[in-house]
Amino acid sequence: MTYLTLSITLIFVVIPLLLSKTFNLGLEKDTIIAAIRSIIQLLAVGYVLQFVFDSEHMIYILLMIALMITAATHNAQRKGASIKGIIWKLVVTFIFIELLTQGILLGLDITPATAQYIIPISGMVIGNSMVLAILFLNRFTSEITNQQDQTELILSLGGTPKQAIHRQLVTSIKASTIPTIESQKTIGLVQLPGMMSGQIIAGADPVQAVMFQLLILFLLLTTAVVTSILLGYLSYPTLFNDRMQFLDDHLEADN
Amino acid sequence: MSADNTAIRFEQVNYSDDGLHILKDITGSFPEGKITTLVGPSGAGKSTLFTLCNGLKSPDNGDIYILDRHIKNYNPVHLRQKVGIALQSAPMIKGNAYDNLNLPLELQEQQLSEDRAKELLKLVGLPEDYLHRNTKDLSGGQQQKLSIARTLVNQPEILLLDEITSSLDRVSQEDIEKLIARINEVYHTTIIWITHNLQQALDVGHYTWVMMEGKVVETGPSDLLNHPRNSAVQHFVKGEIE
Repeated sequence: MTYLTLSITLIFVVIPLLLSKTFNLGLEKDTIIAAIRSIIQLLAVGYVLQFVFDSEHMIYILLMIALMITAATHNAQRKGASIKGIIWKLVVTFIFIELLTQGILLGLDITPATAQYIIPISGMVIGNSMVLAILFLNRFTSEITNQQDQTELILSLGGTPKQAIHRQLVTSIKASTIPTIESQKTIGLVQLPGMMSGQIIAGADPVQAVMFQLLILFLLLTTAVVTSILLGYLSYPTLFNDRMQFLDDHLEADN
Repeated sequence: MSADNTAIRFEQVNYSDDGLHILKDITGSFPEGKITTLVGPSGAGKSTLFTLCNGLKSPDNGDIYILDRHIKNYNPVHLRQKVGIALQSAPMIKGNAYDNLNLPLELQEQQLSEDRAKELLKLVGLPEDYLHRNTKDLSGGQQQKLSIARTLVNQPEILLLDEITSSLDRVSQEDIEKLIARINEVYHTTIIWITHNLQQALDVGHYTWVMMEGKVVETGPSDLLNHPRNSAVQHFVKGEIE
């Protein structure tokens, strides 16, 4: 694709702008910002990736991953701002997910240890983990706030903090992972996944593209469940003190 | 009250929350094996005092002794098994009456036998066949009785009752009053009962504490409510302070 053809595709930005204007939706400003940001961000990433792929130096790969984790943490921490130390909990979660998935992929020789594979797969894994973290934190803070009487009931009957929070934790883990599992049931029937479509358009063998997509889907299953569980188990102890008292002032629903 | 052994003793206990001084210099004791009622206007700090007694909260300063042992020397789990609390809201977990009765033992990885569960239902005046009834289908009074039965599963030595009859009709209130008197008589459980109903305090309680604005203003045998010395308490018993 040339820059000329790319510029023609701006028609797809103009259509929503015109519709927004016609129907007074007030989406013009956001649409323009989104279009400009995506052009700048993606082109910048494209050039950076080209540089990293050409140099094939591990330090650049690690820097890219660190950048992804930083951005994902920054984005997700707002949803869990009421949980003490949420930033490092998110960082630990994202690093763990990255090590687990890349450890299996590279360790078992499933994908080659090159920037071309490590960076896009890491991007998908960390990006998905970030979305899961946001879904989980959103649900968890509201569960804890709304079910405070249940937490205090169990503590008052001689339950431990883990027992007092168990139901809310399980509900939040389930609620945040179900969309990932459900969407995989209809995949291929309702929509072709973005990565697979991209590969097919770029000329790859469709069966190879499907195999890679399956790899990603399975990775995302692990990512979803591990993110929610890990974040849950890292987060709940900060809601209690060593006298097993619920610190209700540590949690204010911010959504 | 000094003639009895003490179940709970407070020494200059203060508690604040969100910058509000809720309990001010509380000193006094609840006698063991007796029913002590806790009365006073709303916002006097009565419920807060309960949360300190079973360690759901800790005081800013001062000392609390439970059965002559400093509260800090108890493992929180053991303390809460020893000092049971039944709340006004009678929160239920999802499921049936048995699930709720089994909860205290489930937390200790044990299981309540159906026979014992039925005994408890009988004790609180609920029909045995309610055991597998969903708690959603129970009335407020029935949930309150179930909540008391659930607290009794741990066989607490001290039972804290927080306005457990305030939302009930007269018949259910009398049932619960008789039940509490029976628990005290049969198991010699120390009972501390927050109530807005002064007649109830006179009928059921052996002793009473009157609390106002975070302070204990008068204590003694329940009869004190008939002729209080403190002028603020006199206004309160006349119903002039809500």
